[in-house]
Amino acid sequence: MFHPTLFRNPVVRKLLMAFSGLLLAGFIVAHLLGNLTVFLGPNGINAYAHHLKQLGPLLWVFRGGLLAAAGIHVSFGLLLTLENRRARPMAYYRNKPQRSTLAGRTMIYSGLCLAAFAGFHLLHFTLRLLGPEITPWLDALQRPDVFSMLVIHFRLAGFVLVYILGMGALYFHLSHGLGSMLQTFGLNNARTLPWFGLLSSLIAALLAAGFAAIPALIFFGFITVQGGAA
Amino acid sequence: MNLTLHVWRQRSADEPGRMERYLAEDIEPEMSFLEMLDVVNEGLIAQGLEPIAFDHDCREGICGTCSQVINGEAHGPLANSTVCQLHMRQFRDGDEIYIEPWRARAFPVLKDLVVDRSALDRLIQANGYVSVSTGGVPDAHAVPIPKINAETAMDAAECIGCGACVAACPNSSAMLFVAAKVGHLASLPQGRVEAAHRVCAMTEAMQREGFGGCGNHYECEAACPKGISVKFIAQLNREYLKALPGKILGK
Repeated sequence: MFHPTLFRNPVVRKLLMAFSGLLLAGFIVAHLLGNLTVFLGPNGINAYAHHLKQLGPLLWVFRGGLLAAAGIHVSFGLLLTLENRRARPMAYYRNKPQRSTLAGRTMIYSGLCLAAFAGFHLLHFTLRLLGPEITPWLDALQRPDVFSMLVIHFRLAGFVLVYILGMGALYFHLSHGLGSMLQTFGLNNARTLPWFGLLSSLIAALLAAGFAAIPALIFFGFITVQGGAA
Repeated sequence: MNLTLHVWRQRSADEPGRMERYLAEDIEPEMSFLEMLDVVNEGLIAQGLEPIAFDHDCREGICGTCSQVINGEAHGPLANSTVCQLHMRQFRDGDEIYIEPWRARAFPVLKDLVVDRSALDRLIQANGYVSVSTGGVPDAHAVPIPKINAETAMDAAECIGCGACVAACPNSSAMLFVAAKVGHLASLPQGRVEAAHRVCAMTEAMQREGFGGCGNHYECEAACPKGISVKFIAQLNREYLKALPGKILGK
């Protein structure tokens, strides 16, 4: 049924990158919506974390799907980069790009930065192995005290810097990736061509800014343990 | 005009090449880029040196033979142009000009600026055509084709197979070339019959020939002397998605 040559086809590989990328981008949108509950104070984000935990096995199904999408995206991304480099064994002495963007040409680097960031983020907030320990971990209503963790950790400049840089990589990666995905799905035509690049950058900027706003606002004292969202 | 040229010189496919420096003196702004090279070559021959080998044929911008990357741009700085239609008035006296061959694994250098582009021919051989029994010429109105489809097909059919898309692509991908052929034939009723097989066969052949994959950088469109749009790559992707169920089910 799935002939091995199928996965060697350049269009199939593009489609795999685009589809796994779509799943990852969809996760990022959901993640941002979840994060925005921080602006409701402890009752917002702690309740959100509590409900997520209560999903139990469903959460693991979701995590499994996410892991599979990430695995496909990263492994085919690496494979395609190596193959594309092989396709031009000798670089030009002079090369003057006309239409391609720096973001587009450095997808592998922004992608690897994002993978590293995701690893850091898991160690930091999911496994809670980095930064000051939050005791007690459960709040008065027996929910994970995510709010205190955020507000305490994001007073530390090192963490804020890592998260802001990570979101810079996210903007860079998605500014090419989103428009590229639409082209790969064949949704582009002469009329949409000039707009997809712009739309892609705009959505990428909104997502990255939305995420980055949280550590930035906490760091500069707009969100505090006592006051909640100011 | 006096110019300094840095030209890729390579004796044969098996030997390593290098950039060499030449002076192009007393060049007229009316000369085409190829005529400028002719003048340089006459000077080299007079000195008993090997002239710079470069491909050229029609010298009127339609054959797509003059494959040169000039100052980092396929076919040079003029948009929608081949090298033969690039005139020296686009340069200034005293300019330094870097001239390199198309660089791609699928296009091995044969000598100096001459590359072997027969990989593109093999892509066409992978069903980049319509199988028909030849016979009498059909009446022009026998097969009705909407005007918009005819226009789309003609836009794609403008491809002259020069390979600038491959040369400009950061991945040395031939996706625009394949997409132009797929889009041209898939837009016409005669080409629809084999459309599913064509898009699979041509993209598979592209992989076999050692071209890279398309990363949606759109350098190809900017480099194309005929201005073929990357909308045809989107159309190719749609054609592939249509062909995919049949491909998976083994038809």
